[in-house]
Amino acid sequence: MGKLLLIAINAILIENYVLVRTIGCCPFLGVSRKTETAVGMGFAIIFTMTLSSAITWLANEYILIRYNLEYMQTVTFILIIAALVQFVEIVLKKAMPALYTALGIYLPLITTNCAVLGSALDGIGRGYSFIESTVFGLTAGVGFTLAIVLFSGVRERTAQNDIPKAFQGFPFALVSASLLAMVFTGFTGLTLPF
Amino acid sequence: MDHQERLEGRQGPGLLQVLTNGVLFENPVLIQLLGMCPTLATSTGLKNAIGMGLSATAVLVCSNLAIALVRKIVPDQVRIAAFIVIIAGFVTAVDLLLQAFLIELSRSLGLFIPLIVVNCIILARAEAYASKNAVLPSAVDGLGMGLGFTLALVLLAVVREPLGSGMLFGVRLFGDAFKPAAFMTSSAGGFLVLGCIMALVQHIMHRAKREGA
Repeated sequence: MGKLLLIAINAILIENYVLVRTIGCCPFLGVSRKTETAVGMGFAIIFTMTLSSAITWLANEYILIRYNLEYMQTVTFILIIAALVQFVEIVLKKAMPALYTALGIYLPLITTNCAVLGSALDGIGRGYSFIESTVFGLTAGVGFTLAIVLFSGVRERTAQNDIPKAFQGFPFALVSASLLAMVFTGFTGLTLPF
Repeated sequence: MDHQERLEGRQGPGLLQVLTNGVLFENPVLIQLLGMCPTLATSTGLKNAIGMGLSATAVLVCSNLAIALVRKIVPDQVRIAAFIVIIAGFVTAVDLLLQAFLIELSRSLGLFIPLIVVNCIILARAEAYASKNAVLPSAVDGLGMGLGFTLALVLLAVVREPLGSGMLFGVRLFGDAFKPAAFMTSSAGGFLVLGCIMALVQHIMHRAKREGA
């Protein structure tokens, strides 16, 4: 239990995927204009990341390792994730049509979100067990949601600001992301005993 | 003006133009805003930047070539899945080659080598270019986009490495008195430098537009 908690703190704060390791920046910069869509995107990512971490771990342990096919990890995992995203899409379309239209193009793009494939590969690369891997996927997703929701707050507040012409739009978003990332570097001093 | 005339003068753009389009006018990172994650994460040093850029270029050229070859056979509904499998195949090949011949680079890029699969630039070029064009232009487009990606990475690394670690390509630049600002090699520094470079690009484009009008 203690180790799971440490994994969680590590994934949410110290090694926050978006702000510290810069994995999963496309949706972070793309759908963070409004807090509402940012929250929706965050939950879609938490859901896919948890499921994909669990399923890819099982596939790796019982199919790839058993038949000495570890070098097929990347190909297998991306296929599993693509299928999962399709599934999430169908569920959202039925259960939450408003969110489905708000996420638009970014929903199928979760497939090509580095954070999902990254957390699956990362969990296995660090030798986590099944439970640990799943918790890692879940909390890395929570870390992503935390970052994107905080960032959307910053962007909503600065939307009306008078910004120099050259910095308008994307450059300004990047500079604000830099400030937010600076906050998270404060956690790097925290070392966990494992 | 000159560029415009050349664009209109021909039926299809020449191969050289496809190449320069990828490197400059439609630079995947600086103009199209694609592939942010590897750009930010691997531009902490020039060595990593060039290694990442060239690995992605190799995958882009091969995947564009393969996709242009099979574009008429693959049914429309499953094309994205097919593209991803093709890309993942080439990424695995590059990963294994790096592990065999350049183990040091492979270690320092780590997770980001398999993550080339989900680099938006590659899928975007497959969908927007290779699935609609002949084999040779597609390969050249892949080369141009790959080099454009490398250019953006190198631009970032040239700013970040000297300031963040006092080195360039692993060689010490300044005397012992120089204390590097580790901030520049952290993710926050990456966001900041990329933001500034993009502001510069926007400034140049505004200016070009004003002069053209």
